Amino acid sequence: MKMKRGLKLLALVGVLSLVIAACGGGEGGDTSTTASEAETTTSAAGEETTTSAAGETTTAPAEGLGTIEVAAGEPIKIASLQSISGDTASLGTDQVRAIEIAIADKGEILGHPVELAFNEDDGCSSEGGQTGSTRIIADPQVVAVIGTSCSGAGVPASNVITSAGRVLISGSNTSPVLTSDLAGNASAEYHDGYFRTAHNDAIQGAAAAKFVFEELGLTQVATINDGDPYTQGLTGAFEAPFEALGGTIVESTAVTADQTDMRPVLTEIAAAGAELIFFPIFQPAGDFIAEQALEVAGLEETVLMGADGLLSDTYVTLPQTEEMYFSGPQTPTTDAYAEFVTKYTEAYGEAPIQSFHAHSYDATNMVFNAIETASTDDGGTLTIDLQAFRDALNEMTYEGLTGSLSCDDFGDCASPNIDIVQNTAETADIEGVRGNVLISYSREDLGL
Amino acid sequence: MTEAATVEARPARRASRITPVSVFLWALRIAILAIILYGSYLSISSGRLSAAQWRDLFVFGISTGSMYALIALGYTMVYGVLRFINFAHGEVFMVGGMMAFYVANALAVTPLWISSPALSLLIVMVAAMFTSTAVAVIVERIAYRPLRGAPRLIPLITSIGASFTIQYLVRGLVGPATTSFPRMEPLRGTFEFGGFVILKTQLLVIVAALVMMGGLYLFVEKTRTGKSMRAVAEDPETAALMGINVDRTIVNVFAIGGAMAGVAGGLWGLVFPSINFFSGFLPGIKAFTSAVLGGIGNIVGAMLGGVSLGIFESVGPSLVLAGYEIPAFSQLKDVVAYAALVLVLIFRPTGILGERLAEERT
Repeated sequence: MKMKRGLKLLALVGVLSLVIAACGGGEGGDTSTTASEAETTTSAAGEETTTSAAGETTTAPAEGLGTIEVAAGEPIKIASLQSISGDTASLGTDQVRAIEIAIADKGEILGHPVELAFNEDDGCSSEGGQTGSTRIIADPQVVAVIGTSCSGAGVPASNVITSAGRVLISGSNTSPVLTSDLAGNASAEYHDGYFRTAHNDAIQGAAAAKFVFEELGLTQVATINDGDPYTQGLTGAFEAPFEALGGTIVESTAVTADQTDMRPVLTEIAAAGAELIFFPIFQPAGDFIAEQALEVAGLEETVLMGADGLLSDTYVTLPQTEEMYFSGPQTPTTDAYAEFVTKYTEAYGEAPIQSFHAHSYDATNMVFNAIETASTDDGGTLTIDLQAFRDALNEMTYEGLTGSLSCDDFGDCASPNIDIVQNTAETADIEGVRGNVLISYSREDLGL
Repeated sequence: MTEAATVEARPARRASRITPVSVFLWALRIAILAIILYGSYLSISSGRLSAAQWRDLFVFGISTGSMYALIALGYTMVYGVLRFINFAHGEVFMVGGMMAFYVANALAVTPLWISSPALSLLIVMVAAMFTSTAVAVIVERIAYRPLRGAPRLIPLITSIGASFTIQYLVRGLVGPATTSFPRMEPLRGTFEFGGFVILKTQLLVIVAALVMMGGLYLFVEKTRTGKSMRAVAEDPETAALMGINVDRTIVNVFAIGGAMAGVAGGLWGLVFPSINFFSGFLPGIKAFTSAVLGGIGNIVGAMLGGVSLGIFESVGPSLVLAGYEIPAFSQLKDVVAYAALVLVLIFRPTGILGERLAEERT
């Protein structure tokens, strides 16, 4: 019995310290001073952990973000946190391959090899982002994390990784919630130390809205999101400019990511009289909407439009997605990109399977360049100053595959063009669809 | 004297039954009914959806619900004889769907797919049925039979383990990606009779489910094997004394449950033509809910529970939630489904038709 109680206490202390480590913020301290003598042993033990943990974390900011030392011959560690299983596996796998190619291309940084120390799965969910990033930062040698694939995973990952002093740089997070609204206001989930080479969906939403209103001439639109920050952010970014142009959002609704029966929601949309449905969600929910929209009475003439989350080979080859429109990042046309695609195809036996590989390739190279700037070499031992590393990323102008990248105050590094593409009978695969550009919008075209 | 005492005692006993809890429960029931009715009134009177659209919602609900019902049969039958919930049953369904997908894909490139779609469909369904049956029987043999005498909680936990094992075996075998079924042209479009329009796939699903469930009901009620199943469900020890091979009967139960799940898997693929290794989870949980809704252990209850759950899920958000102008109410479909379960259990704690258990064994 005594033994048991001891174990319980130990477990409690362990859990508490885990919780505190996970919260990881700099604040604290205040509450720990209220420890009173009258407390039972259990809570006293709890208080003890609070003080010791708070003591450790408060020392860190005094010296900046700290440094990472890489001994002679040791590799520089970076990590990948991408969606590599489940329905969005193609989105993440595509980028992991790009990171691997970038590492192979780079070879060495100041005499040290680069190691992809983690290849974590973000599960395209906030739980996945939380678990994966916590696992990664447990290794104090990891300098930067390339990820996440999904904005939903990016929200917790950005918090966890940046508060550990490291950098998260994503090639495919597009939700405005992670950076800013592009009008100079930081978003709720922006943390210093977060960067991305993908576009901000404020741009994509505006581009899609402009296309629907001006090119298709449709004014009655329904939007569907699945509650994820990416999809919610993008439908929001579509609705505001669309209404500003003079269009009407007849229904702004949501489904869940694992929902299969979309007919009820589509019936509602038919009743609302939508001419176009904009559903920037993921597979498989996107499959079901496209399939069942063909069957619901009243939607026979309704145009379907998706976004970059659905621009994958597994989606555009479905029969029901023919004639669908998509918005997405512009496909580079440079020789450097063609060379990259050749390497990709040689290494993995297929052409790129999604739209964000080039973005992750650029992100990885930006990390390499920033490491070079921020480290000092002392007889083979490399010292990377984490604050200088962040500053280097902030100040860098990098000419990458996706164009010229220079980060603004809130981590948005891309100045992207958005392509509107259509899946037709002639476009056999994702390459064909991405090549079938109807119109391309730059940031200036959209007045952002 | 004694008469007077009983006369006095009766009202007293009655009074003592009206506890604060039962008052609260009745108030809760009335409040919930009022909320549902008022929401429905608001929603219908707004004229947002036409009568045809309401009818469509019902039909969608019935077709999804009949698939839930087919899966729910497996839960309820296993519960009937072994008194535990076989959580691996959702995966048995998924494996059937996977096999249906592979067979359909293989057939889709042959001329048979175009020339005789009915035959191809039959092949697909039979393949799905056999695969699911085999998996269900193997799971029973490996995971449950060695635990026959153990407390009921142990096979329950084992079933969760079996569920994960099957899921990730399939993931290992076919990969994590979502794959999609080939189209079957004759099943596209709608079917009309007397002004009533229904999607052909849905009609097929409803008819197939009815045939399967009718067949199962006759099988359980009329055949010797069915009789032995009912006997084992009643009391396995006495059944054994009567010369019934209990182990074989249990295998039969798993096999039939698996076959139903396999058919459901194939039908599911026709209606929702995408599948991955995780596809069995949600329908499995929904079917389990259906089984409880109808009264677990009760075969007719499972059928009724499945169809009701399908209808609640399909009509509920538009009918009740939309009336209160809740934004994005379609997302709350699952909330409606599980809330319906809670509500039905508040009114009828043993489910719509009631548990059918031998009293002493519960």
